[in-house]
Amino acid sequence: MDGLWLQALLLTDSTVRLATPLVFCALAGLFSERAGVVNIALEGKMLGGAFAAAAAAAVTGSAWIGLLAGIGFACALALVHGFATITHRGEQVVSGVAINIMVAGLGPTLADAWFGQAGRIPLPGASARFAPIELPGAAALAHVPVLGSVYAEVVSGHNLLVYAAVLAVPTVAWLVGRTRFGLRLRAVGESPAAVDTAGVSVEALRYRALLVAGVLCGLAGAYLSIAQNAGFIRDMTAGKGYLALAALIFGKWRPVPAVLACLLFALADAVQVRLQGTPLPGVGTIPTQLIQAVPYLLTILLLAGFVGRAVAPRALGQPYVKER
Amino acid sequence: MGRLGRLPAWVELALLPGLNLGLALLLSGLVVILLGEDPLAAVRLLVYGAFGYGEAVGYTLFYATNFILTGLAVAIAFHAGHFNIGGEGQAYVGGLGLTLAALGLGHLPGILSIPLAVAGAALFGGLWALVPGWLYARRGSHVVITTIMMNFVAAALMTYLVVNVLIKPGQQIPESDIFAESVWLPPLAPLLAITGLDLGRAPVNLCLILALACCVGFAIFVWRSRPGYELRVAGQSEPAAVYAGIPPARVTMLAMTISGALAGLLAVNEILGSQHRLVLGFTGGYGFVGIAVALMGRNHPFGIVLAALLFGALYQGGSELAFDMPKISRDMVVVIQGLVILFAGALEHLFRPALEAVFLRPATGR
Repeated sequence: MDGLWLQALLLTDSTVRLATPLVFCALAGLFSERAGVVNIALEGKMLGGAFAAAAAAAVTGSAWIGLLAGIGFACALALVHGFATITHRGEQVVSGVAINIMVAGLGPTLADAWFGQAGRIPLPGASARFAPIELPGAAALAHVPVLGSVYAEVVSGHNLLVYAAVLAVPTVAWLVGRTRFGLRLRAVGESPAAVDTAGVSVEALRYRALLVAGVLCGLAGAYLSIAQNAGFIRDMTAGKGYLALAALIFGKWRPVPAVLACLLFALADAVQVRLQGTPLPGVGTIPTQLIQAVPYLLTILLLAGFVGRAVAPRALGQPYVKER
Repeated sequence: MGRLGRLPAWVELALLPGLNLGLALLLSGLVVILLGEDPLAAVRLLVYGAFGYGEAVGYTLFYATNFILTGLAVAIAFHAGHFNIGGEGQAYVGGLGLTLAALGLGHLPGILSIPLAVAGAALFGGLWALVPGWLYARRGSHVVITTIMMNFVAAALMTYLVVNVLIKPGQQIPESDIFAESVWLPPLAPLLAITGLDLGRAPVNLCLILALACCVGFAIFVWRSRPGYELRVAGQSEPAAVYAGIPPARVTMLAMTISGALAGLLAVNEILGSQHRLVLGFTGGYGFVGIAVALMGRNHPFGIVLAALLFGALYQGGSELAFDMPKISRDMVVVIQGLVILFAGALEHLFRPALEAVFLRPATGR
């Protein structure tokens, strides 16, 4: 097999792996922001999901119980977020930051007290983790030129949550774009008063949107701690929640463009990992620390330069006051 | 918003924030129980660790200095209607400006080099915050996201510079050469020793005075100056500002630059006053604490000083606590910080309806 082709395949493969948590989070952000709730708390909910998933998986030894715990904790955080922003009409960005900071402290604190490993939670064994799945025929088809190698390297061999993320994209696109729930969701983000007049509860809709977002953040967190990595470490989300939010804005709050933006960020990340220590022609070896800044710089550049007229949901960030 | 009238000032300024803080601390107590420790014993250790003896008080004041500066930084941006989460990165880069000045001008007498080093910190911090301000004003990028991204970029840049460029030649530890002693900011402990107050080896230094001066300057600027007025107008309503002939873009850039400069001054306390060399990660999350401090202090310098003292005590007492109760780590302070932001910021209206019912009943009965 051609070396360059293999390189491209491996790069695509790691892009898919790195994109998975971003995709879950961007879709989570889509639900809450289309419903009119700014979700800067994606980062904290994902980190909370990662912590709870690792803790539950470490205690029970079951990846599935870990997944449920991750989703449950992220949903609990979503309810806190909703209580502050929907019920009490608090400032949405501030409440999101509060959740992010609280979780950043809570994870290591509890991990330290419960597992005594300096803020880490290691997983006990293979059953506590989602293992890679070899799709049928991957080994047999690997020698077929082009398509076979794509199937074996890129399509096959991921864990269950990667495939769940792939399935989540069309599901969310359909749910938001083609169902009654989706129509109401979009309406509540544009004109909550109209939804209210139609006799549909604005509060209930926004709570539901935040809960769906919680489930997706929990999946993202569980992916980080019990699928991609074996355990929880402090600040393991490393700004992915914010990157996902930027991808959502870059994708103009639409599912497919947002997911494409996630893939772009993941590609930048994958290239970044590959470039570390590799000399480039004409430039020499770029210092690791500077390469690590690439995804963040890319985010700033994209938001500044190419968003164009990104029209946010009109009622985004505004608490709804039923009557005066 | 359907409000019947104004709550009495003491309710608005003391009781409401007090109740919010109380609830945040109550929940923190529950977390301590979850950790398997006695919350009341923890509070006793914490208070003793923060105020029990001279050196503890000195450390509390040292941390409070950091939090006054980062709190003011967040507050000035809030007044202009922006949320600057980038204090951490701005302070970090401020440390670069300070270090360059301190290393390059170390041969000058302190009376010259110290102000220049302070100016270097403010300048670099201010410029680092001007970038998101400019991006918002000219390109419409969301300040919250760009400031967060700038934090990550600052961390990468500073690690690179410290490890590869500024590192003291011939040593492995990633830190710069130690500054000339003439640039060190004098500690307060010897001064206060004359009055009989023994602060021990606490690193609290002249930067505390600088921070308090910043509070006064903040108040004069925001409430008694023309640019401060423009800043508040643009923060309240951008269309109103445009109508009044105030360019919101310029206001945003000014507010963000001042905000970053204030955050940059954190380096003065940490580096010029205490470490005397550039070390990795000297910002230690203090930039984020500024958010909680500004919200608790209601964006007013007086409130910010009180909130900074509270968080200074939490940090100092918290590290003593972590030493005495091994199940409680220093991260517990971060949890409290998050809860304070939640209750003092996002849920600030939690008790308002109940308080209005109690205090405004006579007014409506009339």
